[in-house]
Amino acid sequence: MIPQPAPVSPILGKLSLDALPLHEPIVVATFAVVALGGIGLVAALTYFKLWGYLWKEWFTTVDHKKIGIMYMILGLVMFLRGFADALMMRLQQALAFNGSEGYLNAHHYDQVFTAHGVIMIFFVAMPFVTGLMNYIVPLQIGARDVSFPFLNNFSFWMTTGGAVLVMASLFVGEFAQTGWLAYPPLSGLAYSPGVGVDYYLWALQVAGVGTTLSGINLIVTILKLRAPGMSLMKMPVFTWTSLCTNVLIVASFPVLTAVLALLGLDRYVGTNFFTNDFGGSAMMYVNLIWIWGHPEVYILILPLFGVFSEVTSTFSGKKLFGYSSMVYATIVITILSYLVWLHHFFTMGSGASVNSFFGITTMVISIPTGAKIFNWLFTMYRGRIRFELPMMWTIAFMLTFVIGGMTGVMLAVPPADFVLHNSLFLIAHFHNVIIGGVVFGVFAAINYWWPKAFGFKLNEFWGKVSFWCWVPGFWVAFMPLYILGLMGVTRRMRVFDDPGIQFLFVIAAFGAVMIAAGIGAMLVQFAVSIWKREALKDTTGDPWNGRTLEWATSSPPPEYNFAFTPVIHDLDAWYDMKSRGCERPLAGFKDIHMPSNTGAGVILAGISTLIGFALIWHIWWLVGLGFVALIASTIVHTFNYKRDFDIPAAVVAETEAARTRQLAAGA
Amino acid sequence: MSTTTLSPADEPVRFYDFDEHPHPEGYSTMLGFWIYLMSDCLIFAILFACYAVLGGNFAAGPGPKELFDLPLVALNTAMLLFSSITYGFAMLGMARGNKNQVLIWLAVTLVFGACFLGIELYEFSELIHEGAGPWRSAFLSSFFTLVGTHGLHVTFGSIWLVTLMVQVSRFGLTAANQRRLACLSLFWHFLDVIWIGVFTFVYLMGMLR
Repeated sequence: MIPQPAPVSPILGKLSLDALPLHEPIVVATFAVVALGGIGLVAALTYFKLWGYLWKEWFTTVDHKKIGIMYMILGLVMFLRGFADALMMRLQQALAFNGSEGYLNAHHYDQVFTAHGVIMIFFVAMPFVTGLMNYIVPLQIGARDVSFPFLNNFSFWMTTGGAVLVMASLFVGEFAQTGWLAYPPLSGLAYSPGVGVDYYLWALQVAGVGTTLSGINLIVTILKLRAPGMSLMKMPVFTWTSLCTNVLIVASFPVLTAVLALLGLDRYVGTNFFTNDFGGSAMMYVNLIWIWGHPEVYILILPLFGVFSEVTSTFSGKKLFGYSSMVYATIVITILSYLVWLHHFFTMGSGASVNSFFGITTMVISIPTGAKIFNWLFTMYRGRIRFELPMMWTIAFMLTFVIGGMTGVMLAVPPADFVLHNSLFLIAHFHNVIIGGVVFGVFAAINYWWPKAFGFKLNEFWGKVSFWCWVPGFWVAFMPLYILGLMGVTRRMRVFDDPGIQFLFVIAAFGAVMIAAGIGAMLVQFAVSIWKREALKDTTGDPWNGRTLEWATSSPPPEYNFAFTPVIHDLDAWYDMKSRGCERPLAGFKDIHMPSNTGAGVILAGISTLIGFALIWHIWWLVGLGFVALIASTIVHTFNYKRDFDIPAAVVAETEAARTRQLAAGA
Repeated sequence: MSTTTLSPADEPVRFYDFDEHPHPEGYSTMLGFWIYLMSDCLIFAILFACYAVLGGNFAAGPGPKELFDLPLVALNTAMLLFSSITYGFAMLGMARGNKNQVLIWLAVTLVFGACFLGIELYEFSELIHEGAGPWRSAFLSSFFTLVGTHGLHVTFGSIWLVTLMVQVSRFGLTAANQRRLACLSLFWHFLDVIWIGVFTFVYLMGMLR
């Protein structure tokens, strides 16, 4: 099937003034707010002359700590966008009864639920976990940076480039109306002729390059740059879960890249991989995308399992119970995550034997996961538990995630799944594990490591307000969906006929408003903490009486992390150093070799994003030009052989002396 | 409750490495590049899987027997295999520190690579002229995508090779350049391995289909 050439201008491709959604008042209002905010931000940055600072200290940085923070900021900004989509959906579904159409038309509503899923997974959860791993892993293994610092900067900007494309789709053209995995044939040219699916494809391809490269980078970092004495079985659990996560990334994101490329070929070249005619097979797409998609959910949750392990052990004042079983459980989950993808479409009709195999492997995953839960409980048992914010989020996670895990086992039973497939029960289930696991975990991590990153703790009062809005809010928002799903309500519906179920949607909308209050309280928490940072200051570098190496250095750590590389003798290295009276070295500093900043990452990712935009709008001359520019800039970059510098010993000595004074003043 | 076994005298343990040396430049590069190659291998695995599933869906169009010209493909295969051998000679030259030998063999490799690409493009254009383009059937879609992705890799490898020739001739066989040559070597041989898979599963077994 050769696609009919659409009317495209040679200069602007399919892009014209019609692409601006001026007929959608909601989008226009959003655009006005975003544009005003953006202009205000740019004006403020220019007025305070911050552009040079941002470029030199942040955009071009190769410091894993700064890149980690930038990932977290990206995740937070996109989280607000994704949550706005969620609120819109809850409001629409609460209103659209008794003949009412609600306030969103079908074209807009379908984009909203697609964008919500895509943003929350790819541009919220992924930046959050990548940011955490980037910041913490090198510190936990006693390294000065990651193995490939430039690649790290490039990966971040590619992820950001993908996010920029998704955001652009809101105001220029449209986003996909297909659901977050863009199943064909709906996502094929025949049924989605607009640019929505193309935005989806190129945003994910650009971001996917970043994710894969950052996965390779962190695997190599963990395998090659551990401090002397840190054998694999002496690595902190968070580093272990990060290692498994990155193995999953490298072994699954290429599948996503390939399958999206094939869908792209169907749309751009007219091939027949997933079409209904000429021998294509849409189920091939569904299989392939879930071979990526199921490992992806473990990519999201495993690092947070690591966070919970660190938090539980620190705030119980005890060694983690069952360290090696925790490691092996993580590895088993890593392997099993590749053997379950078909449970996402039992209804495909692959027959009883195939469905039974995938049902059983799915249920088996609950065994190592259950082992982890028991390990955390036994770590708390007879511990001196301090109910600080990270620990509160951890306990909320345990209570919430276990319920979500059990509904997951219900869905793993093929006959039950035939009833629950694509229902709101499924929606409730995966929000139960992703919010209860990933989101709560990220909040635990932010509260736990914020003092390390910025040198002051987060305000506790607003943190608790946020906690008590979020956790009950989650239950109020999603319990009704479990009930509705059991009654047979399917996902992605815009209007409803049966007025008897409206009250459940109203309750769910109320829950979403509670969550909104929780998010608001968290933003207030950040603001208040920054404002009162002197009162919340951490002078020790170890505010929680921590156990792992990141607490051995100052808060925030110096550029080089450790003046001398630590030598590891025990699993909880820093606890071991403290309990055996290790003295901080005060003299004998040497020059420290560090990588230099470079703007190449910003330039290459910027060109890639531009190529993506040109491909979306069929602006072929720009595609060609961009491609040549991309290859040329890459080659120019390889001619730069001088990529590092030395921090002089005198500077190290001065930095360390400042810390000595700070420690003395705090004591 | 402590069961930690300390050495009896609690002799002073060393907690910091006061005499450390920075990791040599490029300490992690080879491992990183290997892992990258494995991720690339997965992309090919998916394309092979698509060919395995969709390769029989001719949609009433031509099949492998009507389309493939085995002698031409055999010639093409020979070009790529020879290019691998000549790259090996370049690496031997590098081990001896002989810059000119490296450059000559890299040039020969480039010629073989270019021949491979030329023959492949000729094959593709013939197929398209016969009305057997990638849009004709799922079989042809997966065929063109698998073979074309490999060809695209060879193209980028060739651009990389030219870049490296310039860099070696300008800056010599420095440690950084040796590392880059070793990475491209891995990449080039990897493409050879993939091609052997393509030749066997697509062309040879296609003729039996």
